[in-house]
Amino acid sequence: MSAYSVTEPTPRAKWAAGILVALYALITMIPLLWIIATGFKSPADAISYPPKVVFDPTLEGYVNLFTTRTRQTDEFLAANPPETWYEEIVRQYDMVIVGPSRYGERFMNSIIIGFGSTFLSVFLGTLAAYAFSRFKIPLKDDLLFFVLSTRMMPPIAVAIPIFLMFRSLGLSDTHAGMILLYTAVNLSLAVWLLKGFMDEIPREYEEAALIDGYTRFQAFYKVVLPQATTGIVATAIFCLIFAWNEYAFAVLLTSGNAQTAPPFIPTIIGVGGQDWPAVAAGATLFLLPVLVFTVLLRKHLLRGITFGAVRK
Amino acid sequence: MAEIVINNLRKEFGDFTAVQSSSFKIEDGEFFMLLGPSGCGKTTTLRMIAGLELPTSGEIYIDGEEVGQKPASERDIAFVFQMFALYPHMNVRKNISYPLISQGMSRADVKAKVAEVARILGIEGILDRPVGGLSGGDRQRVALGRAIVRNPKAFMMDEPLGALDAEFREHMAEELRALHDRMGATTVYVTHDQLEAMQMGDKIVVMNHGVIEQFGTPQDIYDKPATMFVANFIGSPPMNFLHFHGGVHAGGTSVQLQDVTVEVPELRVPFEGDMVLGVRPEHIRFDDAAAYRGRVLAAEYLGTTQIVTLETPNGEIKARIAADQPARVGETVGMSFTPHTLTLFDNQSGHALKSDLNEGVLAHV
Repeated sequence: MSAYSVTEPTPRAKWAAGILVALYALITMIPLLWIIATGFKSPADAISYPPKVVFDPTLEGYVNLFTTRTRQTDEFLAANPPETWYEEIVRQYDMVIVGPSRYGERFMNSIIIGFGSTFLSVFLGTLAAYAFSRFKIPLKDDLLFFVLSTRMMPPIAVAIPIFLMFRSLGLSDTHAGMILLYTAVNLSLAVWLLKGFMDEIPREYEEAALIDGYTRFQAFYKVVLPQATTGIVATAIFCLIFAWNEYAFAVLLTSGNAQTAPPFIPTIIGVGGQDWPAVAAGATLFLLPVLVFTVLLRKHLLRGITFGAVRK
Repeated sequence: MAEIVINNLRKEFGDFTAVQSSSFKIEDGEFFMLLGPSGCGKTTTLRMIAGLELPTSGEIYIDGEEVGQKPASERDIAFVFQMFALYPHMNVRKNISYPLISQGMSRADVKAKVAEVARILGIEGILDRPVGGLSGGDRQRVALGRAIVRNPKAFMMDEPLGALDAEFREHMAEELRALHDRMGATTVYVTHDQLEAMQMGDKIVVMNHGVIEQFGTPQDIYDKPATMFVANFIGSPPMNFLHFHGGVHAGGTSVQLQDVTVEVPELRVPFEGDMVLGVRPEHIRFDDAAAYRGRVLAAEYLGTTQIVTLETPNGEIKARIAADQPARVGETVGMSFTPHTLTLFDNQSGHALKSDLNEGVLAHV
């Protein structure tokens, strides 16, 4: 036995640690909680000063987020009593719902472009990383450096050339164009991250598969990929977060057709000023997909970590 | 079951030559050892036979068919890795059945085959366990199971006992040899452990710096070393080297060591220059009447024998003598060497001089 030993913490120490962690979590989550709360406030509560922590929750923000509304005459309102709970909410302001807003559409665009570019980045990145990790490639180091060099300036620095190129290629305001753009930005990160993970996987596993009668591709697919799950999941989360949150290119390159949620949310206009509850509701819903994606894949991240611990 | 013939095999990695023009033949059913220090090219040779490396030049014949440039999956050879390389995301049963699945064997046949192999190796109880939590010995057995399950033409083993505890190694070595005898399959086994090689092998190839130093049975390699490297690498303590300057003629049966005449096996070639007389420690006897003398520096007691270190006019040597024989430090004793066991080397090239003893076992000359 060594001179050091890891002792079990006392219950009091555990409590203290728990309180510290909870406090830290609370502090870091205040902006998030603020957004979620604002989504359920009335417009008056949202801008009240001092800010209201306790308020009457309402779904007004969500109704406003998903609908377009117009003011109507008293006669019209009297002749058409509200039929649903959300119409009733709108009636407070002497308005009627005339149709859905474009938020749903923008949200779907974000999903298509975010997940599409994530899939493509991880797919291409995995193949490239495996090749860089295992094969003798002429000028390998230079190629890897070249891949990395695409990250050496902020992507927005090339916004104007990309804008012009997209226009002449007909990629402006298309899903394919945005997927391509985000993949190009994410790919260098994906290749480098995944190469690190691939390098960690002993070659013997593939060699065993080759000996066992499998082709190189089968060995890659059936033996290397399952080993690389952790790395692939981590890379996918990074790529998705970037593509999901990207704002500058989305503002510049999309408008009517392929616009994603981030540039759309600030354009939500209410009656007589910014409709903060609707903006907050839009932001809250926008958080969910990345959250769900990360939580769903979390078990792979954890399993990967324990796997690595017992291998040698 | 296969006979493997290696012909002028050579492997270069860039500027580095890992294996230089090696040739040897592995008979069908032989337990064949590739022995040498790390970096000598033994593993590269093994990997070339298995198809995990492609030779720069030369041929590999398995059962008469040249396979040098064929992919590993088409050679029908099993490989046991030093770190076992069990597929970590599969359980024991899946690991063992994996090579059968690639052959497209039916599920019932796979099941029967895996059950049979598990019985042979005594691992029926752990078939459904994940490989992560297994002990070293069980991992070793699973790796063996994966190798034997498809009846390959030959087994390649890359230091398979290297990752085991010393205590367990002995046991696994016996188990391995018994398994080999039962299956009768050609086995090529890489090790840097000379005891393992002597204990298990039918034939041994000793390699150094990518060159084959000697090829033969364990007895030949121990008793009739072809080079000073082999003489020094095999045996514990290794062969003693007595350096001297002198000359011999073909048909000569003695050399002059410090004016003492030492009888040697009849020489086949003449030689003149710096020579080395090779004597195994157990071939030195203490003999007060002998003219060749040395002073005792130390004695190591080993139970039935003792290792005595002596200072002689030709350098320090070690003798293995009976434990009950007196050997006091500081004392000067006479020594005689068992004549028919001695080997003379050319100090420059390190090669043994051809004599009555080693005729027929030398690879060079």
